[in-house]
Amino acid sequence: MRLAGTADKKPMNARKILLAAALLLAGVIAGGCADRTRVAAAPAPAQRTSFDAALVARGARLAAIGNCAACHTQPGGKAFAGGLPLSTPFGTIYSTNITPDPDTGIGRWTGEEFLRAMHEGIDRGGRHLYPVFPYDHFTLVTDDDVAAIYAFIMTRDPVKADVPANRLTFPARFRPAIAAWKALYFARGVYRPDPSRSAEWNRGAYLAEGLGHCGACHTPHNALGAEEKQRDLGGGDVESWHASSLTVTSPAPVPWTADQLFDYLRGGREVKHGIAAGPMSPVVHDLAGVAENDVRAIAVYIASRMRPEGPDAQKPGNALFASARPEEAGSSSGTRRGTASLDEGEGIFIGACATCHSAGLAATDRQPVALGLTTSINAPDPRNAVHITLEGLWPDPGERGALMPGFAGELSDGQVAALVDYLRARFTDKPAWTDVPERVREIRQGMRDER
Amino acid sequence: MIDLDINGRTHAIDADPSTPLLYVLRDHLALSGAKFGCGLGQCGACTVMIDGQAAFSCVTPISVLPGRRIKTVEGLGTVDNPGPVQRAFIEEQAAQCGYCIAGMIMRAQALLEKNPAPSDAEVRRHMMPNLCRCGTHMRILRAVGRAAGEMRAAAARDVKPAKS
Repeated sequence: MRLAGTADKKPMNARKILLAAALLLAGVIAGGCADRTRVAAAPAPAQRTSFDAALVARGARLAAIGNCAACHTQPGGKAFAGGLPLSTPFGTIYSTNITPDPDTGIGRWTGEEFLRAMHEGIDRGGRHLYPVFPYDHFTLVTDDDVAAIYAFIMTRDPVKADVPANRLTFPARFRPAIAAWKALYFARGVYRPDPSRSAEWNRGAYLAEGLGHCGACHTPHNALGAEEKQRDLGGGDVESWHASSLTVTSPAPVPWTADQLFDYLRGGREVKHGIAAGPMSPVVHDLAGVAENDVRAIAVYIASRMRPEGPDAQKPGNALFASARPEEAGSSSGTRRGTASLDEGEGIFIGACATCHSAGLAATDRQPVALGLTTSINAPDPRNAVHITLEGLWPDPGERGALMPGFAGELSDGQVAALVDYLRARFTDKPAWTDVPERVREIRQGMRDER
Repeated sequence: MIDLDINGRTHAIDADPSTPLLYVLRDHLALSGAKFGCGLGQCGACTVMIDGQAAFSCVTPISVLPGRRIKTVEGLGTVDNPGPVQRAFIEEQAAQCGYCIAGMIMRAQALLEKNPAPSDAEVRRHMMPNLCRCGTHMRILRAVGRAAGEMRAAAARDVKPAKS
């Protein structure tokens, strides 16, 4: 998935400047170009025809678990030809062309060079790669799996496509600074199985922590864009969305089970939690086509992270929500009303939302997820709820899936904010969000910029 | 009473504030261009424009509309003097049963007012929320393209006198 830490666009504070200066200095000392010499002796890259079809097929499934295409493809662009702008706290980085075009892609890369990029974050020319390419996760991928991905990538159609130059602030645009970043935050690793756990759990942990790089979005990032390991999978930022916590701090009112996670990851929808949206959409789209066992293994592992006491331990959830339809789920209904804004929100809800989002609809898989159960309305910040209210939910063209109209044309910023505040108060027992109007303005501006 | 600005005229409406705009248009004001299709914001037959943006009138309570400008298909032209988008839809014979067409026209109008020269991909993306059960989509797309061309030509004619 794409880089985390993008929503926070505050100006650099003193601590950050200090860190940046330290990085720069350390980068010079570490001499980030030391690996250049390793290139000269590299053998010629493999020919397209020299890959075994079974290896290519295995690589295709692995590349889907890694969700490579999501970052390395522009909307409407050729697959893997790069050019997608990824906004980071240090500026914009454009994803690279990883098709086998020899001039603009990675057609000249050998398997060993590809492996080194995946494991150590160093490109063919010996330059350090920006960690927006999540080699801090890919370093765990086995040599065999990387070889399969290489076979898959090198047998794609080559696309001649230059990508725009990165637009980065100093010192991030000084590549040797990445050497210092690596010294601080990157460790070359391999996945070590936990013998006390099942083979399925270990497979899931290997995929989720390595190739799947869940933490790239779902772990909070520090000021230098590194994952905060002490809050691993504790909830992060991606683009202007919130990536939910996948630990005991998950905001889901009904604790996730492995089966529910499997349904969500496989089908993009789980009736007690919600619908995959925003940056999670391409992830579930890719996972729909990989080996079922692998998705199940990821689900088993993530479910265990949410309940570390063991598979049978129950997280003390809000009992009200356990079998909740929206009507029952509003634990605070009647007690928090009374402000003009919440009254306004309720009026909008009745006229715009209730036709679909109310009790009494037949229990089919077309029924919306009960609002009180949705992760977005229970989340620590309102961004996902605002996104979905403004933009709606749309299946990929030609595919079936949940469809909710967006209300960007129907509702003003103030009306969206009143509605979102009302949803939070009416359907959850969580404290009110305090930053809804700002988030509505930002996200609507983002929609305008996209057009 | 709620005041609604529809096609440039103010109407004082006596209805529950949660009443969908579509019901007010059809039942109170006899503006029956916008159609009830699904009532769930899923089909687009009820599409109108609010402050220049396409909107589903079936899921828009009138409580959110005071101070905003509403435009319906009746506001684009008359039978004798149709507007450019309406004319293009007639010329391309884009209607079969016609039930979706007022919504299609309004969504196209919203696009062309913002973007007078949309690409085919932009037209397709913009028109995606509106459904047609007859299957005249290709004619609808041609009609939107024709309307865009005619609106650009008209705009060019309008500026000519100033130039010469």
